[in-house]
Amino acid sequence: MPLLEVKNLHVEIGGKKILNGLDLTVDKGQVHAIMGPNGSGKSTLSYVLAGKADYEITEGEVLFNGENIADMEPDERAAKGLFLAFQYPIEIPGVATMTFLRTAVNAQRKARGEGELSTPEFMKQVREAAGELGISQEMLRRAVNVGFSGGEKKRNEILQMAMLQPRLAVLDETDSGLDIDALKIVSDGVNRLRSPERSFIVITHYQRLLDYIVPDVVHVLSKGRIVRSGGKELALELEEKGYAQYVGEAA
Amino acid sequence: MDFGFAPVARPGMTSWDMAELKLIKTAAEEGLAEAFAGARATLPGAAAVKSLRDNAFRIFEIKGLPHRRIEEWKYTDLRALMRDAKPLAAPPDAAAKVKAKAAGALLSAVGARRVVIVDGAFVPELSDLAALEKGLTIVSLAEALVIADKALIDRLSRKALFSDDPAFALNTAMMSDGVVIRVAEGAQIARPIHLAFITTSVKPVSVFTRSLVTVGKGASLSVIESHESADGVDNQANHAIDVSVADDGRLDHVKIACEGDRALHVASLLADIGATAHLNTFTFTSAGAVTRNQIAMRLEGAQTHVGIRGATLLKGRQHADNTLVVDHAVGHCESRELFKSVLDGESRSVFQGKIIVEPHAQKTDAKMATHALLLSEDAEADAKPELEIFADDVVCGHGATAGALDDDLLFYLRARGIPLKEAEALMVEAFVGEAVEAVENESVREALMELARRWLKARA
Repeated sequence: MPLLEVKNLHVEIGGKKILNGLDLTVDKGQVHAIMGPNGSGKSTLSYVLAGKADYEITEGEVLFNGENIADMEPDERAAKGLFLAFQYPIEIPGVATMTFLRTAVNAQRKARGEGELSTPEFMKQVREAAGELGISQEMLRRAVNVGFSGGEKKRNEILQMAMLQPRLAVLDETDSGLDIDALKIVSDGVNRLRSPERSFIVITHYQRLLDYIVPDVVHVLSKGRIVRSGGKELALELEEKGYAQYVGEAA
Repeated sequence: MDFGFAPVARPGMTSWDMAELKLIKTAAEEGLAEAFAGARATLPGAAAVKSLRDNAFRIFEIKGLPHRRIEEWKYTDLRALMRDAKPLAAPPDAAAKVKAKAAGALLSAVGARRVVIVDGAFVPELSDLAALEKGLTIVSLAEALVIADKALIDRLSRKALFSDDPAFALNTAMMSDGVVIRVAEGAQIARPIHLAFITTSVKPVSVFTRSLVTVGKGASLSVIESHESADGVDNQANHAIDVSVADDGRLDHVKIACEGDRALHVASLLADIGATAHLNTFTFTSAGAVTRNQIAMRLEGAQTHVGIRGATLLKGRQHADNTLVVDHAVGHCESRELFKSVLDGESRSVFQGKIIVEPHAQKTDAKMATHALLLSEDAEADAKPELEIFADDVVCGHGATAGALDDDLLFYLRARGIPLKEAEALMVEAFVGEAVEAVENESVREALMELARRWLKARA
């Protein structure tokens, strides 16, 4: 059974049609890249998967591990192992990063019927994961994303992913706003989490990220549909030729 | 700088009423007049105090219970809210004293010196008065009123920001007891004093207390007030605390209202502050049917800093009003005000903040902010900042916001697996925490956050 199956998905927001019969199948352990021009529906796909309100599914279905998740709350989806790394991580004034991580980890464990993580065990895991991402203890004490640079915010997303150990992670333009060093730190963080049991959907404009996070499958999204799929060489072709042909084709 | 108003004919008066040639009194006003007449002979105090009480009651009689036409009471119409006047609480008997033993238990971790006021009477045998620090004295107000030395009479009769306020005047007329705390010049009292007020009666009563806190030159003190009473009893409490901080002095003050769910609670804090002094006060309100906190401070010496902050968490049909007046009588002082309210159900919070900068008070730095978080469509937040600036070289600012929790923020938290109620609770705690963090004492901060968490738990 595939980990994620999106079948003929049609999505509207405020009466405007964004996704237009999207099909996507992601198997366990795979990394899929979704590329496409601005406005093709990449971020909408990520929000629909995570369960953001206001995105209305008018047709089709989304099966996660064989289960239809269309009516599930965002927190239920998260507890089932779905993770979205936000393109624009939100600032949470007054909530320390450490508190936030702990609340999230324990909420998910509780939803899955597991006991809370002990303080020493939690601290050990955070220290390890933060260390690998170059996130200081001082940053962990600060309010979530408040006063963080663009790169720090993205690293913080990967830290959350490392702590929550999802089955499917959707990375929404995680490379945007990163310089080459930060890109490498973030990519290394993602690669460390790759496993036969965990899948990734990497949404990006640029081929550059895919030099670091090497995908199994590359899709081209245009006008709300996947218009072409191929191996990692497709990304190189897109880099060379641009999206012009797809923008025309799907119209 | 008058906090009062000119007497006018009341709304709702008809020509028939006028024909009686006197102002119509409400049942509550009549009840208060009877209560005063009945208690006048037995209320504590020497002759000078009696005349003080008579004068104060006259002010109240002229003004009556404050109502919505009175600007300072615009949103808290006591005349409409008080249907009647509850009988004065009797002095606590043995059973009341037993009940009062647990008063203020929430603050036990603070390790404060506990002073207990039961049904409006200071109860020494429940209070921790052993081994008072050098320079610290604590006596009952009732005793002080009987002795009535000149300093006390001068203080009680001085012209102050609340002199013409009807609720404060009523407190002066009816005050039964309270505590008089004095810290001598230079004495640093490290251990906080916890004034634990409790109303034990299961039948509705009214309580009037007045406490005086004097912090001498260069002295420092921390005072925490807690107020509690039983649910289901529509008590009427009118408490006042009159504070004086001399030059170089410091006072940290926290007031926590944990009254029963039907209580009407009116509290006045009056403060005069000298030069290079510090006064920080924090007001926490999460219980009671109707709460009015009124704070008036007069900054009389340069280089002084005052912080007036508070948090209010309401649900159901609760109503809480924080009304502040900060009078910068001299220049080069700093005042900071921050009030946060979290409102659920059909509750309503009111913030009125007046900053007065007198003509010579140059280089005043005054900032005021109030923020309301509305958790329900039917909750209401009223904010009224007022700046009266008569000097031309000052920095004064105010800001007010009211709104719901941010949807994008909630989505972010939920996308991490945190359920809606828990995500809301996390946000509310953070919101309240921003105000609470200004409280100096860590155990007190923790007690306040625990109260906020309890409120959130009761909501979930």
